Amino acid sequence: MLDITPSLFMLQLVTGIALGAVYALLAIGLSLIFGMLTVVNFAHGAFFMVGAFLGVYFLGLTGNFWLSLVIAPLVVGVIGLLAERYLVRPLYGRGIDYPLLLTFGLSYVLIDVVRALFGIEGLPSSTPASLRGAVDLGFGHFPLYRLFLIGATAVLVLALWLFLEKTRYGLIIRAGSRDSEIVRVLGVDISKVWWLVFGLGTTIAGLSGVLAAPTRAVNPEMGISVLAESFVVTVVGGMGSLPGAVVAGLLVGIVFSMTALLAPAYAEMSIFVLMALVLLVRPQGFFGKAGALG
Amino acid sequence: MNLHSLVNGMARHRVGSALLFLLIFPLLMPYEALAINILIFGLFAVGFNLVFGYTGMLSFGHASFLGVGSYLTGIAMVHFGVHWIPAIFVGVVASLFAGLLVGYLAIRTRGIYFSMVTLALGQVIYYLFYKADRWTGGENGLRGIKAEVMEVFGFRIDFLDPLTKYYIIWMFVAFALWLVSRILASPFGSVIESIRENEKRTVACGYDVARAKLLIFVISAGVCGLAGALRALHLSVVTVDSLHYLQSGQVVMMSLLGGMGSFFGPFVGAGVFLYLEDIATNVTKYWMGVVGLLFMALILFFPRGIWGSLMHELKQRGMLKGDRE
Repeated sequence: MLDITPSLFMLQLVTGIALGAVYALLAIGLSLIFGMLTVVNFAHGAFFMVGAFLGVYFLGLTGNFWLSLVIAPLVVGVIGLLAERYLVRPLYGRGIDYPLLLTFGLSYVLIDVVRALFGIEGLPSSTPASLRGAVDLGFGHFPLYRLFLIGATAVLVLALWLFLEKTRYGLIIRAGSRDSEIVRVLGVDISKVWWLVFGLGTTIAGLSGVLAAPTRAVNPEMGISVLAESFVVTVVGGMGSLPGAVVAGLLVGIVFSMTALLAPAYAEMSIFVLMALVLLVRPQGFFGKAGALG
Repeated sequence: MNLHSLVNGMARHRVGSALLFLLIFPLLMPYEALAINILIFGLFAVGFNLVFGYTGMLSFGHASFLGVGSYLTGIAMVHFGVHWIPAIFVGVVASLFAGLLVGYLAIRTRGIYFSMVTLALGQVIYYLFYKADRWTGGENGLRGIKAEVMEVFGFRIDFLDPLTKYYIIWMFVAFALWLVSRILASPFGSVIESIRENEKRTVACGYDVARAKLLIFVISAGVCGLAGALRALHLSVVTVDSLHYLQSGQVVMMSLLGGMGSFFGPFVGAGVFLYLEDIATNVTKYWMGVVGLLFMALILFFPRGIWGSLMHELKQRGMLKGDRE
């Protein structure tokens, strides 16, 4: 067993937070769609993967990371909007399993389309030039990009929170996830709101893909395990809860990287064990409401 | 005898008619290995459908039970030199236990949550077997599963002969299908269907819903475990993919393709799925995308599935009585 110094411990903790930031973003996208449409998007991991590919592709095309950070998620969002309009919408009112199953099928299609366009090997990804290097955190040097990941997530979460809590549109979304019937009666075109929320959720999935791309292998299968991991985060945090997604995302990231430090063989398993424990003690998750499981 | 009474007669003896058909089935397939695959995945889908179609719980973790059945049968044979017949029992018992463990945690949740939790718990088992490479062979899979040649009443049972293998596996599948049909026809079968239709009312009628759910989950796991055990014997290798949630997703697709609301729908779905896969993988390397498209079309336009639509049509025309399928 290697010696674990306090500074190594701290560095691994920050690594965990950076990983958790991506998990939090993924879970926010998933939760947003679920809270509003009661649809579990099984293509969430695939949208994440498409985001990563487009991010790398646009970065290579334009040479500008910031531009690809904007364009790629928007393209993913447009795919999401099309998917909701033509695939998910016909299924409303037909049982809760159908949209779930449909998005599962969609994930297969997205994976094979990406394989056809970019090849089965995946794309080489690298950290954008402006974000290379390391920063001295006092207990050791830490890659700048991962700090950027944490910062970017914090800004996004704050912006989303302000949007949901302080704007008129946010008000409609919050009201709609409580009782869409009443909102419809009040004269809001709720199906348009659902459409846009689905688009927003997939945009966030794409964005987390673009952000995560420099830190992991970009291949067509990268979203498959990500889907299972983001389910863990949503179950731990409580489905449909924004603070739950953030807290659970960070916790899952930290648990993963700490287990990777102490017992590397069990790293992948650790987060699922965490979920099992949460299910035993608090089946609705940290921030979930007790009745929300039905 | 007219068509009318023939249909109803077959429906009354659904397991018998199906098994008769499955006796001549290998002659209709391009090669025996495909017929065996269909037999095994048909059983897997029927077992899965106990939870999905009959109890109304969409599990995304049933690959666990297929895989655990396969692995434990294989481990018993490869590492402990157990004969293949008791090894099948080892596999089934192991998957019953896995079903108890996963079921205990998962039935605390309902609806969509249940799907997510079963998926995630299935991944725990996936990683567990992936990492235990001393026993499972890890990434390379568990290799070298060889069934001994047996002499029974002068018959030579040799798994190297594909047709013999088919009929041996057919016997196990026959027993399991009969058992499942029997369970569904029992009062307990009505209880699980009433859970699907209205859980609150079932509770109000005084049934212990949590126990019934756990019981059917465990039974379903056992049936899928048997399919897994047979698959280990058929392929003589177990790969870790068989535990992945994509495998769970595949059985969901198969069940829906055939029709989850009927007894044989999932079996028919498994057959059509594997047959199409066999053809399509020779033509295109994008089989996964084709499956995805077909599946989406199915969800949007034919939610009853192939067999389910046929049964519905027969009922509409008054040729099939009651809920016989």
